[in-house]
Amino acid sequence: MHLLYFTLLVPFIMALLVPLLYKYVPRIHTGWFVLVVPIGIFLYMIELIPMIAKGKILVSSVPWIPSLGINYSVYVDGLALIFGLLISGIGALVVLYSVYYMSKKREALHNFYVYLLIFMGAMLGVVFSDNIIVLYMFWELTSIASFLLIAYWYQRKQSRYGAQKSLVITIFGGLALLAGLILLSVMTNTYSIREIITADLRGHQLFLPAMLLILIGAFTKSAQFPFHIWLPDAMEAPTPISAYLHSATMVKAGIYLVARFTPVFGGTIEWFWLVTGTGIITLLWGSFSAVKQNDLKAMLAFSTISQLGLIICLLGIGSSLYVTTAVFAALFHLINHSTFKGCLFMVVGIVDHETGTRDIRKLGGLMSLMPITFTLMIIGSFSMAGLPPFNGFLSKELFFTGVLEASKLNMYYLDTWGIVLPILAWIASIFTFIYSMILVLKTFTGKYKLSKYEIKVHEAPLGMLISPMFLAILILLFFFFPNTIANNLLQPAMSAILPGLLDGVGIENNIKIWHGWTTEVFMTLGVVVVGMLLYASLNKWSWIYEYLPAKMSFNYLYDRGLVGMEKLASQITKKYMTGIVRDYLLYIFIFFVLVVGGSLVLLNNFTYHPADNGSVSAYEVVLMLVIIGAAVLVMLTKSRLTAVIGLGVIGFVVAIFFVIFRAPDLALTQLVVETVTVALFMLCFYHLPELGKETEGAGFRTANLIVSLGVGIVVTLVAISAQSNALFDSISSFYEDSYQLAGARNIVNAILVDFRGFDTMLEILVLTIAGFGVYSLIKLPLHRRNNR
Amino acid sequence: MFEGILLICLFFLSVSILVGLYRVIKGPSMPDRVMALDTIGINIIAGVAIFSILLNTQDYFDIILLIGILSFIGTISFSKFIERGYIIEYKRDY
Repeated sequence: MHLLYFTLLVPFIMALLVPLLYKYVPRIHTGWFVLVVPIGIFLYMIELIPMIAKGKILVSSVPWIPSLGINYSVYVDGLALIFGLLISGIGALVVLYSVYYMSKKREALHNFYVYLLIFMGAMLGVVFSDNIIVLYMFWELTSIASFLLIAYWYQRKQSRYGAQKSLVITIFGGLALLAGLILLSVMTNTYSIREIITADLRGHQLFLPAMLLILIGAFTKSAQFPFHIWLPDAMEAPTPISAYLHSATMVKAGIYLVARFTPVFGGTIEWFWLVTGTGIITLLWGSFSAVKQNDLKAMLAFSTISQLGLIICLLGIGSSLYVTTAVFAALFHLINHSTFKGCLFMVVGIVDHETGTRDIRKLGGLMSLMPITFTLMIIGSFSMAGLPPFNGFLSKELFFTGVLEASKLNMYYLDTWGIVLPILAWIASIFTFIYSMILVLKTFTGKYKLSKYEIKVHEAPLGMLISPMFLAILILLFFFFPNTIANNLLQPAMSAILPGLLDGVGIENNIKIWHGWTTEVFMTLGVVVVGMLLYASLNKWSWIYEYLPAKMSFNYLYDRGLVGMEKLASQITKKYMTGIVRDYLLYIFIFFVLVVGGSLVLLNNFTYHPADNGSVSAYEVVLMLVIIGAAVLVMLTKSRLTAVIGLGVIGFVVAIFFVIFRAPDLALTQLVVETVTVALFMLCFYHLPELGKETEGAGFRTANLIVSLGVGIVVTLVAISAQSNALFDSISSFYEDSYQLAGARNIVNAILVDFRGFDTMLEILVLTIAGFGVYSLIKLPLHRRNNR
Repeated sequence: MFEGILLICLFFLSVSILVGLYRVIKGPSMPDRVMALDTIGINIIAGVAIFSILLNTQDYFDIILLIGILSFIGTISFSKFIERGYIIEYKRDY
């Protein structure tokens, strides 16, 4: 087994061990044991970098269900490695942070770390899987782990609501993804992503459905418009989880998917506009909504939504194969976003932990009390706003370059609509700047009011600060040495997203911290100036948020939709599940008439060949008339006794028919059974009231008449048709030798106990069960005699 | 000739059964119906007997006996039901 497999499965193995460690080593915080896992994986991934940077690819496969072509194939290229490093690296920092954040005494740490490790393993599985079915399996596992983590404090109503919402939306997307992946495998006849990528599918009739379904999967996971609504509600999770899942890793699974399938779908106009358009709308809407939030984590959630939109938008632009900068920017911002958003979430967690609140209306004046936290917040926020000297500046400049280049393209209607992209991007950046400022200034500046805080405010312990500090250092490092990761990580990842395009040339030293007085710089300057002005006048224009009614939000739609669907379903169910057996029989009969009668009519199956029929004798006609008379009597009578006598008449005449048709055994049995049945009916009547007058309306009776006539006619037609359609002769000649074969002169009895004795045995069983049933029904009326 | 006579007998038996059936349907009271049913049973016995002769077989003699027994038991139970409202007595104290 390759070391890589072991590495990918370590989180699951550790998840098994965590409860044991929690129980038997209670003195040490369980997080310390868990910390080993992501660090080990991270080091292993680091070791892979040089090999991947040279353009090599690590491929390996372990059979899982080989007969179905489903194997756990692992595939490491630049793209997967970036995600692998992010997952394990941020994972290590988050675990370290959680050791100080999660109290050993109060929290159920074993649950926390088991879920976290399952999530980590699932996420690694998603990015390294080559087999799409395995990828889908891990994809769903991330959804489930996220569900468990969001509802970690399951006693809270809001946690449960958020967990359910995120599960509903991401599983919806996950199922769409599964359908898309299956369509892909149908088109290419393989489950391997590498082989799917090499196939040219454009023009295939399933191409567009597969694209749409996969995009729905990606957009729901990555909280893209309009599926973004679950992410703010997922903020009920513990802050380390928000930092890890809902900023750095899980929400990027959709981005991974878009990037991974760009070689398959990219270069088409549908993909370009769907991905770019959704991305830019999400970017704008997320940044716009973030400004109005009062909760720091909600603000960060909307900011995550908007930043994910930015990355998706860049991937869409980059898929055109002409703006390679955009793909580069997307990957670069992917890394940058993980660093600064992880840092910001941890900082917000610290603020929450040390002040007892996350509400910006209560916070303020913490600058001098929490200087380190303040510094970290500045670094994270300014990076998010796109200011130098932080890495967000570089990726924002690259973003502007991407949209500007895209707007100059002469394809995909960009010559007319292209100008919209930079404008929207610029507006969104202004809002990003504003909420970044709110994060820093409203939390840390202003006056410190002691009365507002429930607990004594002080600087966080060092352990809690290590992780965000580490990320802050990374933010700075990425700014000053961007080309180190560009050459080692981003280049192989780009060739994974755009295979065959770069051929090793291109982006070296692409990132320059200062690249002259270009349009992008002026755009950034504009963002800063306008953003500052707008921030200063925030009170004067924040009324526009009031004017957007609550009904406009997708949350309203989601909530009403859920309630509405439930109501609709219960109404429909109440409509047809009446609880009256009569109605259900009506459904069954109508269905039978429609299906059987319909197939008779539509398929033109009815045939009638009177040639083979026997002759009809006079006494058969007379007996038939007797049966019909008795049947009409049963239907029309007002007295139960008359009805039973009518039924008895029918039964006895049937016995006579058996006589006429030369079946003495049947006649004997029929007579006895009929007598017993009539006697049983009589037995019941002692306890039953007289038949009441028909209280239902004429319409009801007419409907019943029509249905019963329909059933009768259909059955008759089918019987006639079957009689006229004998496909082969009967096999009864075999049984005529019964004396030779079984030593019996009575064929019927020989068949019953010799040729087909098995059926008889089971019929005896049926009678036995019926007997026991009747006995227990009579003898064991639990509700009445249990105290006897 | 012989067969013709048998068929005529069957015809009259059928008429007799139909007349009995009319009484079953119409029968102003329940005893009328029960009596009619008993008559029908006896007619059926005769009919089955004639059938046996017509089909030249002894296989239906069992049925004749059985109908006789059942018709008797049936009439008795109906009568008991009409008279007392139940058929099998429920012993309470023993």
